[in-house]
Amino acid sequence: MPTITYAGTAVTVNEEGFFDDPGQWRAEMAPLIARQEGIDELSERHWQVIKFMRHAYEEKGTGPTVRVLGKTSGVSVKELYQLFPKGPAKVAAKIAGIPKPRGCI
Amino acid sequence: MAAKIEKVSIIISKGSLEGVYPGLIMANGARAEGMEANLFFTFFGLDAVHRARHEHIKLATVGNPGLHLATWAGGLPGVSSVMTHYMTRKMDQLDIPSIPEFVEMIADTGAGLYACKASADLFGLTQADLIDQVKDIITVGEFYDLAAGGQIIFT
Repeated sequence: MPTITYAGTAVTVNEEGFFDDPGQWRAEMAPLIARQEGIDELSERHWQVIKFMRHAYEEKGTGPTVRVLGKTSGVSVKELYQLFPKGPAKVAAKIAGIPKPRGCI
Repeated sequence: MAAKIEKVSIIISKGSLEGVYPGLIMANGARAEGMEANLFFTFFGLDAVHRARHEHIKLATVGNPGLHLATWAGGLPGVSSVMTHYMTRKMDQLDIPSIPEFVEMIADTGAGLYACKASADLFGLTQADLIDQVKDIITVGEFYDLAAGGQIIFT
């Protein structure tokens, strides 16, 4: 398992860069992960999605898909793709330090 | 890491429920993975973006051995409607959106939706017959231009 150092802490990630242990994540790591994903600055709207992802993961043990995000996060599908052009659920999960959401829809 | 697919162009050519969903799921999934995606509706697949018909797409109950229903039974009046109703209810339980909702969502993801000119001409359809999310009615040549540099998937 590769390790990456974010904000002075070494974290283990999988081959795709998703956190192995969401417990290792801290909020100050988020902007650094985001930069790697091509998002230079995290806006309040980005944070709304990231916090929602973490909350959903803590409750259900899995991150929501784009469809679920669009319905329940308060951010529309259109805006989700503007915020995270490389795939909202996937990229927001990576920034939020949770596993990649699995779901076909 | 293994090579990644960056772009897909998906052709939907069938007008049945089971003919339309796979292409929609693949297009939506491609966008969710951050790939560029275009959808091209041709022949009976045009029904999926037809204003008056996209809410009434039915499961094929005749000539569909996967359904494990005798062909004669599948042809009885109302059977297609009942089976479609049953299937859509099951899909709803799994939070799979209806075709109109799914198509709208896919357009919102930034995927391009296009209709086939030959098919539109054949069925006497114009842009006004199609939902607003359809960007254009294009020729096969224009489709290949759009698809350039990516993978083409025919469904």
